[in-house]
Amino acid sequence: MSKLNHKDLGLTDEQALDLYYYMLLARKIDERFWVLNRAGKIPFVISCQGQEAAQVGAAYALNKETDYLAPYYRDLGCVLVFGQTAEDIMMSAFAKPGDPNSNGRQMPGHFGGRKYRTLSGSSPVTTQFPHAVGAALAAKMRGEQSVVFTSTGEGSSNQGDFHEACNFAAVHKLPVVFYVENNGYAISVPLEKQLGNHNTADRAIGYGFPGYSIDGNDVLEVYQTMKEAADRARRGEGPTLIEARTYRLVPHSSDDDDRSYRSREEVAAAKEKDPLITYAQYLRDKGILTAEGEQKMADDIAKLVNEGTEAAEKAPFFAPEDALTHVYEE
Amino acid sequence: MAIKSYIEAVTEALAEEMERDESIFILGEDVGVRGGVFRATAGLIEKFGEQRVMDSPLSESAIVGVSIGAAMVGMRPVAEIQFADFIFPAYNQIVSEAARIRYRTKSDWTVPMTIRAPYGGGVHGALYHSQSVEALFHHVPGIKIVMPSTPYDVKGLLKASIRDNDPVLFFEHKRCYRLIKGEVPEGDYTIEIGKADVKREGTDVTVITYGLMVHYALEAAETLAKEGISTHILDLRTIKPLDREAILEATRLTGKVLIVHEDSKFGGIGAEVSAIISEEALFDLDAPIGRLCGPDVPAMPYSPPQEKFFMLNPTKIADAIRKLAEF
Repeated sequence: MSKLNHKDLGLTDEQALDLYYYMLLARKIDERFWVLNRAGKIPFVISCQGQEAAQVGAAYALNKETDYLAPYYRDLGCVLVFGQTAEDIMMSAFAKPGDPNSNGRQMPGHFGGRKYRTLSGSSPVTTQFPHAVGAALAAKMRGEQSVVFTSTGEGSSNQGDFHEACNFAAVHKLPVVFYVENNGYAISVPLEKQLGNHNTADRAIGYGFPGYSIDGNDVLEVYQTMKEAADRARRGEGPTLIEARTYRLVPHSSDDDDRSYRSREEVAAAKEKDPLITYAQYLRDKGILTAEGEQKMADDIAKLVNEGTEAAEKAPFFAPEDALTHVYEE
Repeated sequence: MAIKSYIEAVTEALAEEMERDESIFILGEDVGVRGGVFRATAGLIEKFGEQRVMDSPLSESAIVGVSIGAAMVGMRPVAEIQFADFIFPAYNQIVSEAARIRYRTKSDWTVPMTIRAPYGGGVHGALYHSQSVEALFHHVPGIKIVMPSTPYDVKGLLKASIRDNDPVLFFEHKRCYRLIKGEVPEGDYTIEIGKADVKREGTDVTVITYGLMVHYALEAAETLAKEGISTHILDLRTIKPLDREAILEATRLTGKVLIVHEDSKFGGIGAEVSAIISEEALFDLDAPIGRLCGPDVPAMPYSPPQEKFFMLNPTKIADAIRKLAEF
């Protein structure tokens, strides 16, 4: 685990534990998704498993009162930190009213929600990068202290919008942090077939702002790097590109079978470095996570996930004709 | 009332709106110091500063995508795409994003953004500086498309577009910019988006059209009047949403309809207008619906005789009206 100490980063023991709480909450919600999907109760799952440290550490370094998220579809950990609840997420999984992301209109993982300061995302990848830059431009124009976080996968980093957004933000020194969660695969296509340079952070130099490639399984390193980037943005010094190297522990989605493109040995080896396991050990070693505390946290989370699932399952759907509303202002 | 050119009406609308609302800013290529390659934004950077009249990198998807992001958090951007022909790098941002952000969030997030783009031919612009691109957006729910023909309509509709809380594509016919002049009232007025306008009243044949073709149709009508043929001309002004009532009313007035547009025929706006009439006013027709449009080739060539061949003109329109009148 981390060579860093949370106290050196200005995090209290309570905050260090909080990071673990959000990581575990994301993992447990995600695990429940798969059960519900295999039971035929929800049609689709897109997963965050393995990337929780990269997500929670990043969002935790931001200010959820002033900053914005423009996340990508795996970022369950980010939106939980910004306030979404297990019930919110389950409403989305079941496509029910009360889903703050899309009111049941989009597949799960298409995050959004004004009250959670999260811009709405779509399925065509990396389109949120220019949106984040636009929100950052607006913040600069209005003299606000907002920083905008936007993320994508390393496969999606090949889209033209990635480049157009980075360049635009660089020209105007906008308060935006570009974040690539490099999990090694674009569905089935490995890094070697996606990128001539496997380090996407190297691109930053071409745009004229700093880039850092970090261990995305180390929640403390993620927090530290994101905090510095956000501070930099707030000081008016412009964007930063961060690549978090991580691994997706499960198939791309509920409709994927990753056995066709990666070995079980590779996945098993990655599970040894599961950020939940390594960070829990760090907290135990520091005496922050006690056996009793761990049990209580697990119970609390199980309760939230159970209650959220139950509420979402019971909730009625919108009427079919509701599909005709909100095309234009009404 | 002052007589102004079509492009002066664009500039005036932008200036007045920016004066009125600080959240409005312009983003596009060469819009700042140069004042736009057509000079539509001339003088605005001097008035409002480079932050509100922002020269963007040569990057159409960013121009639109950044505008979308700014619009979502409360700004009111007016993006300029230098030529409509260059809008396609931003097609994904317009169709997958701007057009459905309201729908996909049930209005939690919205995109009050206007995209201005000069379109149209007859300016020796060849394949990539002459196109009409409206049909490629017409199918897409969630956006509005405005295509005015006169300076009066430009000012009122551009103001309405900027104030609209949904994304609006505002296509300006570049041949009209300096060719077309007309009365433009001083000060503030708006024209409702989605309302067509009768540009000439008549009794024998109805022409339904928009953009530069309105003027060619008016010229044709003038010629035909001397022959005793009376032409009714409906200017759609907005092509999305289409003014169904006005289309049906104009159809019933004469029972003979000619739809005219510069854009290619197949799958063009005329097809939808024709379908509306067929569905709702078939038995009011005294002749088959006619469509006079650009040919179904990729775009107009640079070669002057070929460009002329592609473009409609008052003579071609008069011939088509005459044929319909005699039916």
